[in-house]
Formats: sequence, C-alpha cells, structure tokens
Amino acid sequence: MSIPLKAREVADRYFLEHRAKVLDLAAFLDRYDRAAQAGGEPTTDRSEDVRMRAMVAAIRQLVDGQPDRARRVLELWSDHSTEPIDRAPMKGAIGAAPLQDR
Amino acid sequence: MYIDPHIHMVSRTTDDYRAMALAGCVAITEPAFWAGYDRSSAQGFVDYFRLLTDTEPRRAAQFGIRHHTWLCINPKESEDIGLAREVLAEIPSFLDRPNVLGIGEIGLNKNSRNELTVLHEHIALAAKHQLMILVHTPHLEDKLKGTRLIMDAIREHGIDPGRVLIDHVEEHTVGEVLRRGFWAGMTLYPDTKCTPQRAVDIFEMHGTERLWINSAADWGVSDPLAVPKCQQEMRGRGHLEAAVRKVSFENPFRFLSQSGRFSTGR
Repeated sequence: MSIPLKAREVADRYFLEHRAKVLDLAAFLDRYDRAAQAGGEPTTDRSEDVRMRAMVAAIRQLVDGQPDRARRVLELWSDHSTEPIDRAPMKGAIGAAPLQDR
Repeated sequence: MYIDPHIHMVSRTTDDYRAMALAGCVAITEPAFWAGYDRSSAQGFVDYFRLLTDTEPRRAAQFGIRHHTWLCINPKESEDIGLAREVLAEIPSFLDRPNVLGIGEIGLNKNSRNELTVLHEHIALAAKHQLMILVHTPHLEDKLKGTRLIMDAIREHGIDPGRVLIDHVEEHTVGEVLRRGFWAGMTLYPDTKCTPQRAVDIFEMHGTERLWINSAADWGVSDPLAVPKCQQEMRGRGHLEAAVRKVSFENPFRFLSQSGRFSTGR
C-alpha cells in the first residue's frame, strides 16, 4: 500500500499544520528557558530534566537526513532494558526514559 | 460503516453512542480497563463485569450498535496480586455471557514482576477456555520493552498469535508485532498514541494485513469518533474505498469473528 500523494501534494496538505506545530515547539522551549532563567536553573541545552534532554536529542534526529524519524525518535525515548522491574513505582509514564547508557 | 474494536463506553455518554451511530458505527468491543482509581475489592470488578455484559449492550442496542466485551483485571491494578487473583477467580462465571469475546485488555503497565505474574495467569485462563486475547501495551517509554515481554509471555503458553491482538502499537513496535504473527491495533488517541495521520502513514509503510484502528476513547481527553476521522484521512490522501473498508471494518470483523460470538447484526 503506497502513498497516493506526490511530495508536493504532501507539502500542500500538511505544511501549515506542521508549521504551527514547529512554532508550538519553539514557543515551548522559549517558555521553558524563561522559567529556568527566572529560577536560576539550566536552560534547555543544559537541562537535567530527562524529558528536556530527550526532547533536544529527538530534535537533532529530525534533521540528520536519515529515514524512519518517527520510529527512531520513539526508540530514542524508550526504556531499552529487558528484565521486569521489581515493583511499579507509579501508574503513569513520563514520556521518555533517561538517555544515558545508550 | 465501521467497527470500533476498542472503546470504553462505560466512560462515555449516551450522546456519544448516538454520534457514533450517525458516523456509521455498527459494532464495538469494550475491554475491561482501569477506571481511573483502584477498586477496593473484587466485588467492585464483579459489578463492572455486570455492567459490561448487561448494561452496555442494552445501551448500545438503542442505536443499532452491537456491543461486545473482554474481561480481566487490568495491569494498572495488577501490582496487588492478592486482589488480582480474587478477580481472576470471578471471571469464569461471566464467560458464558453472549457478548464476551475473550480476555482483555491484559498486558503490562510499568513492566513489573507482579504485573507479569498476573499477565501469565490471565494467559493461562485464556488458554484453558480457548479464548481470544486483547493485549494492552504500556505507555510511552515503557511500550517497547513491555510489548516484547508480553509477546514472549504469550509464546510461552503456546497460544496461536493469530488469535491475539496486540493493541496500541506505534512506529517502533508495529513491525515486530506483525513479524511475530500477531494482529496489531493502532489507537487514535491524543498526545500519547497515534494520530489519524500517523496511523495512515503506518498503513502505507506496513500494509493493511492483520492491522486495525480503534479510538480507545475513555474518561480521558479522547475521541469516540476517531475511527471515522481516520477513514476521512485515508480518503483525503486518495486511498481507495476498499482499503478504507478493509482497515476499519473487514480486518476487525475477520479477527473478532474467530470468537464465534462477534456480530454486526447485519
């Protein structure tokens, strides 16, 4: 099952929607940095928050010129351990596993 | 016309049933799930199973929608093995209800040892009664690991993967699930799962065999009309109506009909 759209048609159909999403992302990073600066904390590039570190790493992947970006970003954010944990520490998930040890 | 094979109508209004019927929904399946709080006793689950096997089918029927269900204690409440075993003991008394298709949505949440123990006991129950299985895979960063642990667990019990649907797949899990012979479900859910656009991308990359779409609409911010919106996305890209029908009606119909109890009433 191939994509019926030509590349130009993909851009025509989806560009404005994703232009807005890129601006949302830019504004989110600005918002984080303003809050960090106000609190005397590291901004996005040096943040110790695993989610922000994961976000920056994913953004770098988006422009690496390689295919399967969605799959690779999800894998980047995934827990790659293989054994069950001893006990569930909470019910929810935060969205990204720590990046170290990859 | 479409089937929403995973939706939690207990959390939705009767208006939602009406909107779904107007959008072409003819049948749904509703897996047992976490209510947003931990139930204090097995009796709370018994009441929930009565709702799933009696109340919801009648509510759906008002709008010409056939309601089916899957029973279990969900992985979010499986950390308490004692409670889980009490609930597991209650399930067999509901298995003869005409709208029960199998065991679900079982799986893992945080990939803990107790969750895995309770998962194995659910799989054993399904194997004993020759029931189909609907699997919940973990959220976000826990999904990849959990999906693999779940598929390994099912394989240990010798269950035919063609009678198991692994739900909530995304780009990083769909390929492995299909390669291992399971059916796969894409959940169209805001923020934490697939958008209609990404789901159609996945069809374009992985084909339409053993793959379906569902809303999993529940008490969270979610959309009971997500399946028809995905149909619209496919049509907007120029996909043939036969392909739209295959992923939103024929595939769930084919999988669910293995239960011997699934019907669209048509």
